Amino acid sequence: MLNINNLHVKLEEEDKAILKGLTLNIEAGSVHAIMGPNGSGKSTLSYVLSGKGGYEVTDGSAVLDGEDLLDMEPEERAAAGLFLAFQYPVEIPGVGNMTFLRTAVNAQRKARGEDELSAGDFLKLVRAKAKDLKIDADMLKRPVNVGFSGGEKKRNEILQMAMLEPRMCILDETDSGLDVDAMKLVAEGVNALRSEGRSFLVITHYQRLLDHIKPDVVHIMADGRIVKTGGPELALEVENNGYADILAEVSA
Amino acid sequence: MSTAAAISPRAARFAARLEATAARLAPVQLPQSAGWLKRAREEALARLKGMGLPEKRDEYWRYTDPKRFLCEPAEPAVVFDGNDEPVVFESIDRLKLVFVDGVFDAAASDDLAGEGLEICRLAEAGQADIHWAQDLYGVLEAEGQAPVPRPLAALNTAMATDGVLIRATARVERPVSLVYLRSGSDAEMSLHHVVRVESGAELTLLENGPGAARVSTVLEADVADGGALHHVRTMGRDHERVGTTHIFARLGAESHLKSFTLSVNGALVRNEAMVWMLGRDSSAHLAGAAMGDGAFHHDDTVYVTHSAPNCESRQVFKKVLHNGAVGVFQGKILVEQAAQLTDGYQISQSLLMDERCQFLAKPELEIYADDVKCSHGSTSGEINPDQLFYLRARGVPDAEAKRLLILSFLSEALEEIARDDLADDMRVRLQGWLERHSG
Repeated sequence: MLNINNLHVKLEEEDKAILKGLTLNIEAGSVHAIMGPNGSGKSTLSYVLSGKGGYEVTDGSAVLDGEDLLDMEPEERAAAGLFLAFQYPVEIPGVGNMTFLRTAVNAQRKARGEDELSAGDFLKLVRAKAKDLKIDADMLKRPVNVGFSGGEKKRNEILQMAMLEPRMCILDETDSGLDVDAMKLVAEGVNALRSEGRSFLVITHYQRLLDHIKPDVVHIMADGRIVKTGGPELALEVENNGYADILAEVSA
Repeated sequence: MSTAAAISPRAARFAARLEATAARLAPVQLPQSAGWLKRAREEALARLKGMGLPEKRDEYWRYTDPKRFLCEPAEPAVVFDGNDEPVVFESIDRLKLVFVDGVFDAAASDDLAGEGLEICRLAEAGQADIHWAQDLYGVLEAEGQAPVPRPLAALNTAMATDGVLIRATARVERPVSLVYLRSGSDAEMSLHHVVRVESGAELTLLENGPGAARVSTVLEADVADGGALHHVRTMGRDHERVGTTHIFARLGAESHLKSFTLSVNGALVRNEAMVWMLGRDSSAHLAGAAMGDGAFHHDDTVYVTHSAPNCESRQVFKKVLHNGAVGVFQGKILVEQAAQLTDGYQISQSLLMDERCQFLAKPELEIYADDVKCSHGSTSGEINPDQLFYLRARGVPDAEAKRLLILSFLSEALEEIARDDLADDMRVRLQGWLERHSG
C-alpha cells in the first residue's frame, strides 16, 4: 500500500538532513510500528508524507497505491486516502468541530467525484461514531480542539479518522499525553477501524500503546533510517533494554 | 518671550485653520428647519467654526487623511451592483425605515409606529415638542468634543438632511431597521439619529445599505438605567464609498450596549465611537469586522470612558486586508478614579493577506482607579500555517481552508452580536465576499 524508498529529506531553511535514506513498505491491512529515540526523524517522516511545508525531499520516493505522494498537495494526499493523526492537534477557534468535520468529509468526497453527504446523513454518521469514542454533543459543537483536554484532542483525531475512512493511517505519538483509560479508548477506536484494506503506521516512543494496538511489524528508527525490523517482540526488547543495545548492535 | 504681536507657530496654525474653516463653510447653508432643531444646528455650526475642520497633521488624524471627507463636491462613486447575493436583514421581522440618497422615503417604509416605540423623522421634528430628543440632539455630540475635537460630527449635527428620533419605552421585539439606498453615483448622505432607551426598555437597531457616494452618519444614544441597546450594521458593498460614522452613547446604571459593524469594501471609512459609562454595573461591547481588497482604508477610532464602578467594556476589532489595503485602529479605555472594579478589554487584530497591506494601531489605556482589570492587545499577522496545514491535511482545499480560517479570525467580533439570526446574516455576507476575493 505505502512504499517509501530511499527517502532523503532536509529542512528547507537550513542545511540539515533529517531523513537519510529511509525505506519502508507497508502492505494492505497491516499495522506497522515505528519506534526510535528522540530526534531520529519519526515526526518528520509523518509530516513529509502528509505534505507539511518546511521540508525538502532531496532523494527517494513515497508512493501510495501507485500514486506519487510527494507530488501532491496535502489535500490531494488526504483525498487519496492518507491520514495523519497529529501529535499536537491544532486549535481552530471560531470553527465548530462539526462544521470542520463536515467540510473535510465533503471536500474529500468531492475530490473523489462522489456526492456530498446530506446534512441529515452526516449528522447520523457523526453521532454514531462519536458515541463509540465517548465524544459528547458538546465536544462536537465546540470550536475545533479549543479547550479540549489532551485526551479529548486525541479522541477527536480518531473521530476524524473514523469519519474520513482513510486507507493509510499514520498515528504520530497518539499516546503522548494520554492516561491509561484514554489510551484504551483511543486504541479501541483504532482497532475498530482495522480492516483488510486499511493499513496503519503507528509512531510511538513506548511499547505500552502497542499492547493495545497490536502491530504486525515493528521498526526501529535512528538517525533518519530504519535500522532494524522485526515482530512485536522487538517493541518488548526496547521496553526492557532501551534503544542503546539495539543501536550498538546495529552499528557494530 | 513672546509678545502680544508675535504669536506662536501653533497659534498661527490654529488661526489659519479657523480661517480655512470659515472659508470652507461660508457658502454652506443649513438645511431648512425650525424650532429647537434650527437652534441646535446653528450651535453646532458655531462650535465647528470655533474648533476648525480637521487636518492631516492633527495627531488624531495621523493615520487617516480627512481631505476626502471634506472636499466639495464629494467624489462620485460607482453604484455597486449587489444583486448576486441576498440583502442583509431581509429575512428578519423588522420595522423598516428607508432612506434614498439621504432622504426618508415614507412610501418605501413601514409606519413610524410600533409597540413601545415613538419614532419621528428628523426633518419634521423641529416644530414638535419632543423634549427627550431636544435634550440629546447635538448634546452628546458636543460632549464628545473633549478631550479631542471631532469636527466631522459637529458638521453632521449642523448639516444632517434627515434621520430618525427613536424612543423605546418597553422591550421592543422587532428591530428598527434603517436602510440606506442610493440612486446615483454622486449622491451624498448626511443622517443624524437620536435614540433614547428608557429605563428597563430594550431596542435593537439595524443599519444597512450603501447610502451614497459619501456618507456621514451620527448616532446619539442615551440608554437609561436598566435599558439595553443592541446595534448591528453593515456598510454596503460599494467599492468607492467614502464615509464617516460617529456613535455617541451614554449609559446609565445596569444598562447594556452592544454595537457591531461589518464593513466590506469602501475606499475610505472612519468609524468613531464614544461611550460614557456613567452608572454602575453597566456593559458596553463594541465590535467590528472589516475586510478590504486593494484601495481600502478603514479606520476604527474608539473611546470608552468608565466613570462608575463595576462596569465592563469590550472593544473587539478585526480586519482582513488584501492587496495593499490599510487598516487603522485607535482605541482607548479611560478609567476614572471613581470607576473601581472596572473590567476593560480591548483587542485589535488584522490579518495581512500579503506584504503590501498595512495595519496601524494605537491602543491606549488610561487608568486612575486602583482596583481594576484592564487588558489590551493588538496583533497583525498572516494566516497561521499550522492551522492551514491541519485543515488541508484533512482534505480541505487551500482556498476553502483559508476562508474558514478568516472566518475563524473574525469570529471573536461576530460573537459580540447578541442574536444568532443577525450574526448568521453577517456570516453569509462575509462568506460571499470571501468567495469573490479568495487568493
